[in-house]
Amino acid sequence: MTSFRFDKGGLIERQTRLNFSFDGKAMTGHAGDTLASALLANGQLLMGRSFKYHRPRSVVTCGAAEPNALMEIGKGGRLEPNTRATMQELYDGLVAKSQNRWPTLERDFGAITSLASSLFVAGFYYKTFMWPKKFWEAIYEPIIRKAAGLGNLSHEADPDRYEKGYMHCDVLVVGSGPAGLMAALAAARSGARVVVADEHARLGGSIPKEREEIDGRTGTDWAGNVIGELSAMKNVRLMPRTTVFGAYDDAVFGALERVQKDVAEPDHNVPVEKLWRIITKRCVLAAGAEERPIVFGGNDRPGVMTASAMRAFANQYAVAPGRSVAVFTSTDSGCRTALDMKAHGVHVEVILDARKDATKIDTGGVPVMRGALVTDVKGGKHGMSGVEINGHDTIPCQSLAMSGGWSPVVHLACMRGAKPVWNEELSCFMPPAHDPWIIPAGSANGKWRLGDCLADGAAAGSKAAADAGFKAAKVAVPKARDDASHAVSPLWWVKASTGKAFVDYQNDVTSKDLPLAAREGYDHIELAKRYTTSGMATDQGKLGNVNAIGILAEATGKSIAEIGTTTFRPFYTPVSFGALGGQHVGNHFQPVRRSPLHGWAEKLGAAFVETGQWHRSSWFPREGEGWLAAMTREVLNTRKNVGICDVSTLGKIEIKGKDAAEFINRLYSNTFLKLLVGKARYGLMLREDGFVGDDGTTSRLGENHFFMTTTTGHAAQSMRDIEFAQHALWPELDVQYGSVTDEWAQMAVAGPKSRMVLSRVVNADLSNEAFPFLSAREVTVLGHIPGRLFRISFSGELAYELAVPAGFGEAVASAIMHAGQPHGILPYGLEALSSMRVEKGFITHNEINGRHTAGDVGLGKMVSKQKDYIGRMMNEREGLNDPDRMQMVGIRPMDPAKRFRSGAHLVGLNDKPSTATDQGYLSSVAWSPTLNSWIGLGMLKRGRERHGERLIVWDGLREVYLEAEVCNPVFIDPEGEKTHA
Amino acid sequence: MATLINCPHCGRRTTDEFYIKGDASKVRPTAVGDGTMDQWHDYVHIRDNVRGRVTEYWHHTGGCRQWLVVERDSMTHEVYGVTPAQKWKPAGTKAAAPAVKAAARKAPAKKAGGKR
Repeated sequence: MTSFRFDKGGLIERQTRLNFSFDGKAMTGHAGDTLASALLANGQLLMGRSFKYHRPRSVVTCGAAEPNALMEIGKGGRLEPNTRATMQELYDGLVAKSQNRWPTLERDFGAITSLASSLFVAGFYYKTFMWPKKFWEAIYEPIIRKAAGLGNLSHEADPDRYEKGYMHCDVLVVGSGPAGLMAALAAARSGARVVVADEHARLGGSIPKEREEIDGRTGTDWAGNVIGELSAMKNVRLMPRTTVFGAYDDAVFGALERVQKDVAEPDHNVPVEKLWRIITKRCVLAAGAEERPIVFGGNDRPGVMTASAMRAFANQYAVAPGRSVAVFTSTDSGCRTALDMKAHGVHVEVILDARKDATKIDTGGVPVMRGALVTDVKGGKHGMSGVEINGHDTIPCQSLAMSGGWSPVVHLACMRGAKPVWNEELSCFMPPAHDPWIIPAGSANGKWRLGDCLADGAAAGSKAAADAGFKAAKVAVPKARDDASHAVSPLWWVKASTGKAFVDYQNDVTSKDLPLAAREGYDHIELAKRYTTSGMATDQGKLGNVNAIGILAEATGKSIAEIGTTTFRPFYTPVSFGALGGQHVGNHFQPVRRSPLHGWAEKLGAAFVETGQWHRSSWFPREGEGWLAAMTREVLNTRKNVGICDVSTLGKIEIKGKDAAEFINRLYSNTFLKLLVGKARYGLMLREDGFVGDDGTTSRLGENHFFMTTTTGHAAQSMRDIEFAQHALWPELDVQYGSVTDEWAQMAVAGPKSRMVLSRVVNADLSNEAFPFLSAREVTVLGHIPGRLFRISFSGELAYELAVPAGFGEAVASAIMHAGQPHGILPYGLEALSSMRVEKGFITHNEINGRHTAGDVGLGKMVSKQKDYIGRMMNEREGLNDPDRMQMVGIRPMDPAKRFRSGAHLVGLNDKPSTATDQGYLSSVAWSPTLNSWIGLGMLKRGRERHGERLIVWDGLREVYLEAEVCNPVFIDPEGEKTHA
Repeated sequence: MATLINCPHCGRRTTDEFYIKGDASKVRPTAVGDGTMDQWHDYVHIRDNVRGRVTEYWHHTGGCRQWLVVERDSMTHEVYGVTPAQKWKPAGTKAAAPAVKAAARKAPAKKAGGKR
């Protein structure tokens, strides 16, 4: 191949050799290389195959906009597809693989699509694969996806760590080129906290890529000096390898720092990438400008690249795509490339200047052909052999530099919705004016001359610092050569092209596709983008968009300003999911909450189940026992003897104050004003729309002191609702409250022998006379521990709940176990608790699911009409009181061993299951050890008057079709004799 | 939406710390009982989809846990102000509104007593 490395020059460390491989071939490069420059140095000009036509491709840029040289980097779980070779730093051991080719890059079977390329115009897929309709999903799409594609994903887990972080500063400078460095200097000297972010490993922007002098010395010297001064300042943070990818409201910016993407084996104690949220006061956008390719025949051949890219490869990396160069330009940038290549000893054949009337500039003796247009590029996958001019003459050369003008990198300034503004004189889209936070500078602001960039940067830095409240410091603007005119006469498209001319390299969109889209009615730029795919995929048209707009403007007879741009959105360049997820993966996805009795349950061999953030003890298996056997034993023992269960996860709220009773009375639908001190009451909370929201018990421990519990799952939301009621609705009430969920360990002690057991632990008279059902009292536990005892029951047994300060939880639970041993006490878990509550027809959030009223769940009597409270009026709505509504019932299968599951539907005995025949559903199902049967709670139309009726439980997903009987939802002890015993 | 909210208690915080309930322009009716359903219907269900200045209840869940009223522009994302909910008076709130007093309503509306 034609590409090679110069014997001297460049900013690479020639003494450091790095070994890497490309498609299995061993190669070497140097520290300071990118993968792209190292491949060129190894003669590997061919770097990939194009998306649609599988045309051979090489690099066309030297930076972030690269559409062609996309590779899979790394191995195993570290494999990262679609990595731009121009942005990937070379490291020892790097493994790179080309993409979208089969079987090899050299012999790519998919390239035959190129032979039929006249078929594959814009809209081809839409037009062709319409019929038969079913074929799209089954046949067409999978084949097309396989043929057209980018890299492959690894199916292994990523072994690396990612992090997210916040950063605060006064001035964020995006880009560290001439404008960025001057802006940083000006802002930093004023005392502002400055962050300088640059996507490249080496700071300096265009400076190391050019051979320009600044202040009488080499640009890299000058930049090194400024970077040195900045890095010595405490108020400055320099961030190379950091891409600012998004601009958000309130001057918040998103940035991706590639911390360890330049090593084969990252240090596990350091993230490989870090996602930053940068909160600043002002941002200087010094992101530079992108050189535009020219759209002409064969402009995608390996060996053709932008003029600035060719300079950058030569000046920074000492590589060239070929030993002889031609330049095709409509700007002076092309001439500069000719001079630079000549200086590196590369033969420059000719400058083809599309401008007929360009001012004469020094070309170092290279001949200039004015008004010459390249119509095709000759050559193959390993390089080019020459360029065809004006449709006939061919000039031999191994590479071609092209320059069609510059496009400021305006993305960040446009992400909040403002549109860039077309500037006819500069032939480019300028950043929108009057952004409150972003100050564009340098070539991102349409300044093409180096001197102008330096001055513009200094001014922007001073303004940013002043806007952020700092006194501007004086900064002298260094001198730079300023002879280049950079006048552009736009050339969007060489119409006389004989070869295929590409507008968007990554999507294989040609100059013919856009006019076709316009002819077929897709003449709006956003439509044309979707129809032709121009500007889509990983590069989002950084290179081709303006040319596409120019061509579309010509095709529609509109001006470029009228056509406008597509929408700019984050992210500027792709951001890995790893970085977006940050540290929130695996066990770090959400915090784990453990009850104060977790350790106690663990020692007893509990199996735990995740319910939200809580890990709750679910059952306590003995050897060889499954969940069902363990749960059955726990239920039977509790109903016969006594059981103990951890209920600490209930939401607990301490409420005090002069108006506490009134406040609670407005939260619950039933009355609480007259609740006696020493008493607990079951309460129902509605939502303001009248449906049931939550339930729980509230106890009055003193005249102005209440203790409220909510359900586990709804605790956070109930707390928020209570805060809303107090802050927003009734701030005049004198009430204080706080969540004490984690402060108390709470255990249920249930069963006929619970009184005997607890009496040995609690210093209080627990007789039914002294402490009847729904008593609530502060007690002393084990002689010294302050506790709260409630006689409430979620099992239907004689039962108590005992709360003690969290730290005493395990000691008290163990003491109860010890005291209960003679009485056969056993711990029971969530499964047993759930089974017993279904047996008793108690509701949980399976029933309180936002669709049911108090009346639906059989608690219509708890809805007071004597007061105002949340949900009071909306509960009176006609539809919420319709007798046809579903009502809670019990459901028993005729064959007790037949299992059904919640979610199953209830239909009539002779009905075919359908939405029309649907009469309700099962909300909760449990195995009832007491009844030796599967049982369920269900919501059934007019259910309360249908006890005894038979119907069908139908579960289409699990293929269940069972006959069952409607019954009272309270399966056992409907009179509550056990509870009150 | 704005990225930073200036909480009156905690200072500038990112919006992820907040839970947004919605419209704060409606006042909860003070009356219940016959003849009040229209007011309640309006309070619970009727919402304008405003392009421009809106007021919303925000809860600083990841901070002071206070309910706040954020006045912001749904179009430009500009935030005009953040007020503790206790001090919030929706526009057009008339202290002397002819409230239909429900006979059944207890009258606990204790005087604010200068607290809060």
